[in-house]
Amino acid sequence: MREVSFLRRWTAKHHFWAVAVLVLLLAYNLVADPQFFALEIRDGHLYGSTIDILNRAAPLMIIAMGLALVIATHGIDISVGAVVAISGAVAAAMIGGQLVLSGGTGMEDVTQSPLVVVIPCALGVALVCGMWNGVLVSWFGLQPIVATLILLGTGRGVAQLITNGQIVTIYYSPYYVIGNGFLLGVPFSLFIVAAVATVLLLMTRKTALGLFIEAIGINPVASRLAGIRARTITFACYAVCGLCAGIAGLIVSSNVKSADGNNAGLLFELDAILAVVLGGTSLNGGRFYLLGSILGALIIQTLTTTIYAVGVAPEVTLVVKGLVVFAVSILQSDRVKAALATSRSTS
Amino acid sequence: VITERHRRYLPLAVTIVLFLVMYGTGSYLFEGFFSLQVFLNFFIDNAFLAITAIGMTFVIISGGIDLSVGSVIALTTMVSAALVEHRGWSPTVVIPLVLAMGSGIGLVMGLVIQYFRVQPFIVTLAGMFLARGLCYLISIDSITIENSFYTELAAYRIPLPHETSITFNVVIALVMLVIAIYMAHFTRFGRTVYAIGGSEQSALLMGLPVARTKVLVYTFNGFCSALAGVVFTFYMLSGYGLHAQGMELDAIAAVVIGGTLLTGGSGYLVGTLFGVLMYGTIQTILSFHGDLSSWWTKIVIGLLLLAFCLLQQVLTGRKRA
Repeated sequence: MREVSFLRRWTAKHHFWAVAVLVLLLAYNLVADPQFFALEIRDGHLYGSTIDILNRAAPLMIIAMGLALVIATHGIDISVGAVVAISGAVAAAMIGGQLVLSGGTGMEDVTQSPLVVVIPCALGVALVCGMWNGVLVSWFGLQPIVATLILLGTGRGVAQLITNGQIVTIYYSPYYVIGNGFLLGVPFSLFIVAAVATVLLLMTRKTALGLFIEAIGINPVASRLAGIRARTITFACYAVCGLCAGIAGLIVSSNVKSADGNNAGLLFELDAILAVVLGGTSLNGGRFYLLGSILGALIIQTLTTTIYAVGVAPEVTLVVKGLVVFAVSILQSDRVKAALATSRSTS
Repeated sequence: VITERHRRYLPLAVTIVLFLVMYGTGSYLFEGFFSLQVFLNFFIDNAFLAITAIGMTFVIISGGIDLSVGSVIALTTMVSAALVEHRGWSPTVVIPLVLAMGSGIGLVMGLVIQYFRVQPFIVTLAGMFLARGLCYLISIDSITIENSFYTELAAYRIPLPHETSITFNVVIALVMLVIAIYMAHFTRFGRTVYAIGGSEQSALLMGLPVARTKVLVYTFNGFCSALAGVVFTFYMLSGYGLHAQGMELDAIAAVVIGGTLLTGGSGYLVGTLFGVLMYGTIQTILSFHGDLSSWWTKIVIGLLLLAFCLLQQVLTGRKRA
């Protein structure tokens, strides 16, 4: 009996299942490719499959953290993919897509505006997108799904408008650092993830803000009666989510060295929701887990990489992700929870 | 004095007036805009949108939402094209099959929504990605349909007076509209849908078959999406995983612009028809203008949807905390 209770104590830990899935995926990769965990230092940078997964998961990690805040307030933001496209489009349009070749060294770095202007502008536009959602939801009382659906549809139109309907290529190597560069041997994007995570964790866990957000998600009326400024906080959550999507947009556009209004961040909303849910945050609002969301993003990227490695058509991931969302949302439903609870207490 | 009844018709009235204004503006600005054929083209080019929007109207009146319609349309075109072209099946088998498939997808989503109490948007969002993923499983590329039944039906024009014509798709859409109006206003099912949207709790207490009706609403919407997919196949003559991308926004916009309350309980199918006509007018004005790109349609429709959502908030005076 003692082993059973030991097992039960571990499986009851919050991130147990998420960690277990990740470990299983990694173990499978190790069996399929013994070199999977091999790291090597090339030109002073770390290289390897695991580093690659971390680097590719970076935009999703950042979006998932922002989205976790929104979902905690019992909201949803399905416009994150469109905001990724918009922020990338703004950055690319401001840098300008001119290729100037110089003798010998190849490409010359040309930009119409310095990076110190480009990055704040792109992030500013993304923040405005988030605030737009926030105003519609918290002040006008629109259902979150409808409010963000509007931006999901029009956002891509706006991104197309900014780039004139073309894929704008960026020929400015300092910009590449964001999504491709290395700092102290580690991908630069991971430092951005760490910075965002630190700021959000400090804000939500070292102040009462996190508690307020969870209170709004659990019972908006009660939290308002308790004196929490529900509207302002809900608004701020959407704004932060927009900003996070904007940061991810910079990483994505820097990584692929171009901005594509149609395809940048396409279907990101599903990945982000999935990452948040896998990380243990309930879609019904309430308690949220920022580090869990990062874990969720890692699972999704590892799954994607694994599916590529196995050689199955990459489109299959869409089917798998859809099924996982179905399964997880059913498992999180009250009915299943109640059924599980009774079976546990009777056994 | 504005009574409750007037209030309910107000969004519909606004839509009809706005449609007339836009149609008038288009006719004033562009030569050849004010012709019967151009007006009929609204129906020809948007028959599939009308059919999806009909199903969506029921879903929204019941207080739910369905984000999967666009991808179910895409899946229908893909399955039809693959079976007809690659397997050589007869369209008389394929069409009932895809209709059953669409209804089946709707049924499963409805069951999950009803019996596991999962929010409709998350279930239908998962359904949306699942259906698109299934399209790509069949083929990543577009499949052109050369089957004579499809090509002949696509080319067939039903002549109308004054040398105008419509396609068979328009007939399907209009028949569907008549059936839907009958269902909404003259059957027990329709009244139950309105009752659930008004207050699910009250509907339950009144002893109405809430669970069955809600599942049926999503099943019906799945059927409508599949029928729209069949009509879309006649229109495009191809199956492609990227077909009808973002159609969920258009369908929801048509319904809401048509005066159906997003909170459920109130709305008219005639309004949805005007919502679709409004979409057609915007599209046609942009194409007559020539300089403006097609993504402006998305932006204008999004803004119109927003305007009508805000109008609803003002009219109902209901605000979420």
